[in-house]
Amino acid sequence: MKRYSVFAIAREALNHHQGWERAWKSPLPKASYDAIIIGAGGHGLATAYYLGKNHGIRNVAIIEKGWLGGGNTGRNTTIIRSNYLQDPSAALYEKARSLYETLSQELNYNIMFSPRGLLMLAQTHHEVRGYLRTVHANNLQGVATEWITPERVKQLVPIINIDGPRYPILGALYQARGGTARHDAVAWGYARACSDMGMDIIQQCEVTGIRSENGRVTGVETTKGYIGTKKLGIVVAGHSGQVADMAGFRLPVESMALQALVSEPIKPCMDVVVMANTVHGYMSQSDKGEMVIGGGTDGFNNYTQRGSFHHIEETLRALVETFPMISRLKMLRQWGGIVDMTGDRSPIISKTPLGNCFINCGWGTGGFKAIPGSGWAMADLMARGEPGPLAAEFDMWRFREGRFIDESVAAGVAH
Amino acid sequence: MLILECPYCGVKAEETELSPGGEAHLKRFGPGSSDDEFEAYMFARKNPKGVHCERWRHAYGCGKWFLAARCTATLEVFGTYLAQTAEPPAEIVEKIKAKRPEWKGYS
Ligand SMILES: Cc1cc2nc3c(=O)[nH]c(=O)nc-3n(C[C@H](O)[C@H](O)[C@H](O)COP(=O)(O)OP(=O)(O)OC[C@H]3O[C@@H](n4cnc5c(N)ncnc54)[C@H](O)[C@@H]3O)c2cc1C
Ligand SMILES: [Zn+2]
Repeated sequence: MKRYSVFAIAREALNHHQGWERAWKSPLPKASYDAIIIGAGGHGLATAYYLGKNHGIRNVAIIEKGWLGGGNTGRNTTIIRSNYLQDPSAALYEKARSLYETLSQELNYNIMFSPRGLLMLAQTHHEVRGYLRTVHANNLQGVATEWITPERVKQLVPIINIDGPRYPILGALYQARGGTARHDAVAWGYARACSDMGMDIIQQCEVTGIRSENGRVTGVETTKGYIGTKKLGIVVAGHSGQVADMAGFRLPVESMALQALVSEPIKPCMDVVVMANTVHGYMSQSDKGEMVIGGGTDGFNNYTQRGSFHHIEETLRALVETFPMISRLKMLRQWGGIVDMTGDRSPIISKTPLGNCFINCGWGTGGFKAIPGSGWAMADLMARGEPGPLAAEFDMWRFREGRFIDESVAAGVAH
Repeated sequence: MLILECPYCGVKAEETELSPGGEAHLKRFGPGSSDDEFEAYMFARKNPKGVHCERWRHAYGCGKWFLAARCTATLEVFGTYLAQTAEPPAEIVEKIKAKRPEWKGYS
């Protein structure tokens, strides 16, 4: 792989840009692999990357039914934070956030990580108490967050209205090293690195069945034929229920539509990420100048990648009160993704009832921020067959045993 | 926009009038049941890409719970029926089978 650098740009400028290599190869599948990952989203690609990098397992295929990064990884609003309440979540999300800090250098691919700071607004007294509790928990967990006053919020976000009639700003939970990154670049950067290690990324190839013998997985049926494998990782987000059904088990997961939208581009006006959980809306400004806006999920099972119109209206109504200046903005694009929701709003990184078959899912509305940490933990699980400390609490049997990692009370909105 | 006809008051209700209640026809388990049974009842979900029987409440109408058979991949509605039914009524099953011959049943 030729490295990207300022010298490469200079060389190619003189060379009429004829010498750029393809970022990844598009091979035909081999007959079998040491490990197959289903799903080339961020989590699947990161899993493959750390399997190769941390565990030396490189005879790996990543099988994707569409194009890589075309699922939720390419549809999210790119918020990165680690201010969760429970210890296992804080450990996992903070691992991911800290890996993001140096990921561009590590992958030699600019993922545009921008730790611009993130605010979670408290707009009710209930939220004030909740976030104070989170700040204390974060301090004990070694995650740097702080509680800030409405005046400081106004300093950080001049376009905000802190004394709205219904939901005045009472303060905020502030994580200075939270922020955003370029979602496609995260998928592309991992894909390039995986391909460089000799892994096969097989796009336009849908897994349609899972074969097993004596309770252990032996391979997958795909639209490009049967492919054998010693280990299988299922990392398909919204389609987890469907693929788990092929493997013969059910999950505590339901798939729903989550939408986002962006405005026309405007001059820089907000250089932090702001989340308003009570009113169900959040907003940041992209480098192109668009205001990137998201809200809550629809409430019913849905695989169409299209959400309900009234949800957009609710989200914007809430944000217009908090940011009056956006009332005149035109919205340019709106889209949806299918998110995999668990009951405790925490992910699943787990062994399954099928031997040598592992699953990583349930990231729901908030898994972009977790991609590097999740891949790290999943690779560890797949390589050793047993979860390491990061994944230990996130097994799929925690529900039947009542060991919830309850983040649904800690965060009221999708992000 | 999703429109479901409430089988009680006959109103063709659109989504903002309704609140969703998840998978229908779950077998309930009580005291004395095994861990497997509780898990299946409380957490494990079919979550199909296709035909889904589910609970809805006519929240801003008559307030009653009812059931609907719907396709999660196309948003097509096959019909709605009363909550006091243990399985989808025959005419709705016929309708689903006509349009989705590969359907393996609601449970
Ligand atoms: C609108 C929206 C906003 C969001 N905002 C944020 C945010 O601000 N911050 C944040 O942290 N998270 C956010 N999220 C959540 C985040 O996008 C996801 O949790 C994360 O991207 C999941 O990544 P993934 O790799 O698991 O799934 P995906 O990227 O969806 O990848 C799964 C892949 O599996 C493939 N697949 C499925 N079935 C098969 C099959 N049978 N065979 C082969 N391939 C298959 C799919 O095609 C897909 O490419 C948001 C999500 C949405 C939809
Ligand atoms: Zn009614």
